[in-house]
Amino acid sequence: MEKMSCPSTVSGRTMFCHLDAPANAISVCRDATQVVVAGRNIFKIYALEEDSFVERLNLRVGRKPSLNFSCADVMWHQMEENLLATAATNGAVVTWNLARPCRNKQEHLFTEHKRTVNKVCFHPTEVHMLLSGSQDGFMKCFDLRKKESVSTFSGQSESVRDVQFSMKDYFTFAASFENGNVQLWDIRRPDRYERMFTAHTGPVFCCDWHPEDRGWLATGGRDKMVKVWDMTTNRAKEIYCVQTIASVARVKWRPERRWHLATCSMMVDHNIYVWDVRRPFIPFATFEEHKDVTTGIVWRHQHDPYVLLSGSKDSTLYQHMFKDASRPVDRANPEGLCFGLFGDLAFAAKESLMTGEAGRKPYPAGDRRYPIFFFKKPDVTEQFAQVASALSVFESESDGSSRMDWFIKTARRYLLSGKPFAELCDHNAKVAKELNRPQVSTTWTMLRIMFSDPGNPAPPANHNMSKLGNIPLMNRYSCAFFLSFCPSFHSVFLPSIHSFIFSFYLSIENEETEGSDGQAEYLFGDAELDDDDLYSMEHENQAEEAEFSLPQEAFPLRHEIVDHPAAPEPPAEKPESPQVSGSEAESFCLTPMESFSLISVSQLLYQPQLTPSFFSPVVREMLDHYAEQGDVQMAVSVLIVLGDRIRKEIDELTQEHWYMSYIDLLQRFELWNVSNEVIKLSTCSAITCLNQASTTLHINCSNCKRPMSNKGWICDRCHQCASVCAVCHHVVKGLFVWCQGCSHGGHLEHVMEWLKSSNHCPAGCGHLCEYT
Amino acid sequence: MDSRDSGATWEGLASRDAGSRDAAMESLHQEVMKRVESIGPVPETPYSPAASDLNHILARILMLSKRCPYDDVKEKCIWILRSIQDIGVRIPRPLGNGPSRFIPEKEILQVSKVDARTQSIFEEAFSLGRLDNISLVMGFHPQYLECFLRTQHYLFQMDGPLSLHYRHYIGIMAAARHQCSYLVNLHVNDFLHVGGDHKWLNGLKGAPQKLQALGELNKILAHRPWLLTKTHIESLLKAEEHSWSLAELIHAVVLLTHYHSLASFTFGCGITPDIHTDGGHTFRPPSLSGYCVCDIANGNGALEEMLGNHQATEVSGEVEVLMERMKQLQECRDEEEASQEEMATRFEREKTESMLVTTSEDEECVPSRDVSRHFEDTSYGYQDFSRRGEHVPTFRVQDYSWEDHGFSLVNRLYPDVGQLLDEKFQIAYNLTYNTMATHQGVDTSMLRRAIWNYIHCMFGIRYDDYDYGEINELLDRSFKVYIKTMVCSPEKTTKRMYESFWRQFQHSEKVHVNLLLMEARMQAELLYALRAITRYMT
Repeated sequence: MEKMSCPSTVSGRTMFCHLDAPANAISVCRDATQVVVAGRNIFKIYALEEDSFVERLNLRVGRKPSLNFSCADVMWHQMEENLLATAATNGAVVTWNLARPCRNKQEHLFTEHKRTVNKVCFHPTEVHMLLSGSQDGFMKCFDLRKKESVSTFSGQSESVRDVQFSMKDYFTFAASFENGNVQLWDIRRPDRYERMFTAHTGPVFCCDWHPEDRGWLATGGRDKMVKVWDMTTNRAKEIYCVQTIASVARVKWRPERRWHLATCSMMVDHNIYVWDVRRPFIPFATFEEHKDVTTGIVWRHQHDPYVLLSGSKDSTLYQHMFKDASRPVDRANPEGLCFGLFGDLAFAAKESLMTGEAGRKPYPAGDRRYPIFFFKKPDVTEQFAQVASALSVFESESDGSSRMDWFIKTARRYLLSGKPFAELCDHNAKVAKELNRPQVSTTWTMLRIMFSDPGNPAPPANHNMSKLGNIPLMNRYSCAFFLSFCPSFHSVFLPSIHSFIFSFYLSIENEETEGSDGQAEYLFGDAELDDDDLYSMEHENQAEEAEFSLPQEAFPLRHEIVDHPAAPEPPAEKPESPQVSGSEAESFCLTPMESFSLISVSQLLYQPQLTPSFFSPVVREMLDHYAEQGDVQMAVSVLIVLGDRIRKEIDELTQEHWYMSYIDLLQRFELWNVSNEVIKLSTCSAITCLNQASTTLHINCSNCKRPMSNKGWICDRCHQCASVCAVCHHVVKGLFVWCQGCSHGGHLEHVMEWLKSSNHCPAGCGHLCEYT
Repeated sequence: MDSRDSGATWEGLASRDAGSRDAAMESLHQEVMKRVESIGPVPETPYSPAASDLNHILARILMLSKRCPYDDVKEKCIWILRSIQDIGVRIPRPLGNGPSRFIPEKEILQVSKVDARTQSIFEEAFSLGRLDNISLVMGFHPQYLECFLRTQHYLFQMDGPLSLHYRHYIGIMAAARHQCSYLVNLHVNDFLHVGGDHKWLNGLKGAPQKLQALGELNKILAHRPWLLTKTHIESLLKAEEHSWSLAELIHAVVLLTHYHSLASFTFGCGITPDIHTDGGHTFRPPSLSGYCVCDIANGNGALEEMLGNHQATEVSGEVEVLMERMKQLQECRDEEEASQEEMATRFEREKTESMLVTTSEDEECVPSRDVSRHFEDTSYGYQDFSRRGEHVPTFRVQDYSWEDHGFSLVNRLYPDVGQLLDEKFQIAYNLTYNTMATHQGVDTSMLRRAIWNYIHCMFGIRYDDYDYGEINELLDRSFKVYIKTMVCSPEKTTKRMYESFWRQFQHSEKVHVNLLLMEARMQAELLYALRAITRYMT
């Protein structure tokens, strides 16, 4: 075919015109000066002027146009400029001759198809050959010199959605079907297709031969994929695949650009995309003008890659200029950042950016960089924004605090239920302490003291704990005590705790007359609890809070008191902190002996006036604080352990939010058991139902490999017992372990036993199984 | 027997393992005997709670004795009933004759005996506790039944945008539109079982506002889907805190249409209440006449059945005529081509004619007990197309079809359901055994297409490539009456209608027709609903 006009001669701008009705298909004539638009209620020819569309001809004539005018598809002959063909929804194939002198240009009417004709296609080089594909599953080849079809091809399956003559092979055409198949036919052999393959799941709506590459066929389907097949080999080979966001209605190779094709969708998405098949994740260019789905696209000239025409359901006809297309890649963010589960950080950015920064600032130790480069070779004529990204991965230091080990260990070791409240608290406090988290540990102890029911002392299960279980009476005083001793705690309870302590303090003073006053004085004197101290301490702590270095001086002391005054632990174990502030220094000098006496003092002062509910607001604040700090683990654990004591205080949504966050975290760390326990123990209805969903496990029969759809142990298809132990040949009911290599297996204990003595699979398949 | 305990026992009976069935049967037997002894042979107060508990169990045993796919359980259940009857306990007996009022029980139950596939599907359904009468009747067509059960299972049990009790409630709403007490009762139980609120059952007023808003959509979809516009969709999606999400709405729409059409099937096949539910059995001794109450109410007795059979022999040749016509159509199509004008008017004629087919047989329709409360505005029924001068533009299937458009939308918003529905439509549409009555090797595609398109025609959906003249040739008047009634006001279907069309055809073929009707109706409703949603989205 001679090049009549070189691409540069076709100039123009992005423009559109309103049609009277939605378009179903469009086609251009050979010299790219006119376009025909066809639809249910429209059949017109427009001339493409420099800056507008001009209606040339309305082919819909007659007072009451028949259904023959209701077009599903239209094609303009590429050799004979007066010849057009349309596919009508009622099953007619009509040809039109523009050279006819009268108004009605209809030339032939073929009504051989029984159902809607989806597609018509002229032979690219043969003037009189027309092909049609219909809903009835037949393709027909018409010789326009005769009044009827010359051959009929039966797809032997459901409806034909598209037919396309090959550009290069004179006799070949491709047909795509509603059941996902694509067939290749030789026009001379109507009895049988040359080859067939399944291209998509669900209907294949369209196909298009590559204009240059012999044997490249692009197909688009309802499954939202565009696939490029290489047909030159024995089996059709999928060489490229582009995943779009909606079902693909049309696909057209871009002229002069080997790797580019344009697509539009049938539903939901109104844009036209031009893809580079080698970069399937981002469209090369997008045309976003249409307001309803695009139904027809065609490149204006077969050698000009810069002008695209499109018709749409929104009753407009557009000419898109490539220079006006939007380039998603320009808007795409070439930087990416992601946190790994264990505190690793991966960061990808444009190469230029990375090198600049790297030169400026050396990375700290512990960072290892893996440079990975993504390159795209620049196109000769087209500039698909070249992106080269470098990916860096920063690994966190193995012993650093940023690692999440503490989270995992805490999650594993915390007890959330199954023991009396006080014991749970003590256990968790111990766990936290062992993991070097004094603040959390202290919180647990505090909680136990606050909420232990004086009437119901915990049974002396643990000899250390029991002492405290029996003296909940000291709750008020020891509370104040801790508050003063543990500045880190302060930061947790702020700000409400302040007023609390204050009122608390006053109430103590009022009560001084009752009981043994002197010793009460002694307590406070020792703890240095007076107004000034409270205030000063607070300032201090606020300053510290910012840095998050938590002073731990109070910690060992508390430990002494709580655990067992009689047997103080060696000081070496106490975590030491270099900073010792004023009031803390004093509290630090408290000896075990003194603290012991404290207990006895407070015992005398037992007053059952402060109910646990008194503490609720404080605890609520504390939980909020923890959650805010990102330690949702603590918030949820406390919530569960406290149960009804606190639940009413916190609104349902917040609780749900915490639970969800915690469960999400647990599942990321694959702590399935813990997460399930949390789900079970939660009281939010939205959470408890989480482990009710998706609990079905589908298995296949080991004999016939079909899905086992029923209950029980017998496959209903091959009537064999499905899960038989390879060792004892009995049905396994319960734990079934199997090799992932050869998929044989059986009772857990049998397989363990067997593999102790043998390396091979017990089924005798010869696979070297391994049990770890 | 506390509920959990009994649950395990019933489950045991549904096991495929003969041993565990046996064990469960044994424990059931002991349980019954224990209760019987505690109550005494002749209870003075027949309505004591203990007695009513026992009666529940007995009703279930009765159901098992009739419906259980396992013979051993069946026999044992019969034996239990006999043995306690012998010691003077009143035992229930089933009301009505089998799963359907229209089809003899023998014929339905025979199916599973012959076809291994049906048997295995029944067993599976049974083990899930879902072997209801609908499934039994559909058992004529195992290929379809399998797909149907899978879809239903997915819609109600698997992950989806709506919570379980919402799903069942929507099912109740939809079935209640057609006063289908069978489906309503079925889902009231399920609804309560998944933790639904009793108060909602007092009517739509008791339900959350979100569901109340759905009432309008339900009404329109059931009776006049062509009136659905994007404003309806918008009002549902933009109702502030009561608004629906698109995914939820799609789920709801699928449920609604599924249940409207299933109600059609239920009435069309005359499905009777399941034996173990209320209205499925009675403790009264059989009366002399041997009719059950509902049969008398509908004027359907054994006598008429005999009459019907008698007539059937008279009108022999009906099938042959139909086949002849099909053949003629096939041939003459190639010869003469109807003019375009002619084609266009044929659709209009069929459309207008479909409304002249009167549905009301002046049947006394008694809305059953507690169903009516679920729907307001009973006056709102199927209104014929373009009557009263309101002209609605014809829906062209070529512009919005299930395969091209509907599927994509559904699958996008409610993954996998599009696939399931697609499969279901295709199986229903393509199902054929190449038989007609006693004739073998017949291509029935023409007939099936005529039925499908006639139903769509009633909803104003037109296929450009179909000659609506064919419908007139192939579907006779009594058949049209049946189709029209079943699709538009299924609650008015009577046994007489069922019997008066296609007299020579077998019951399985009539069930097949019912499946076609049901799926065609569902697709028609879905198309309108999805088109409205698409319009809202663009």
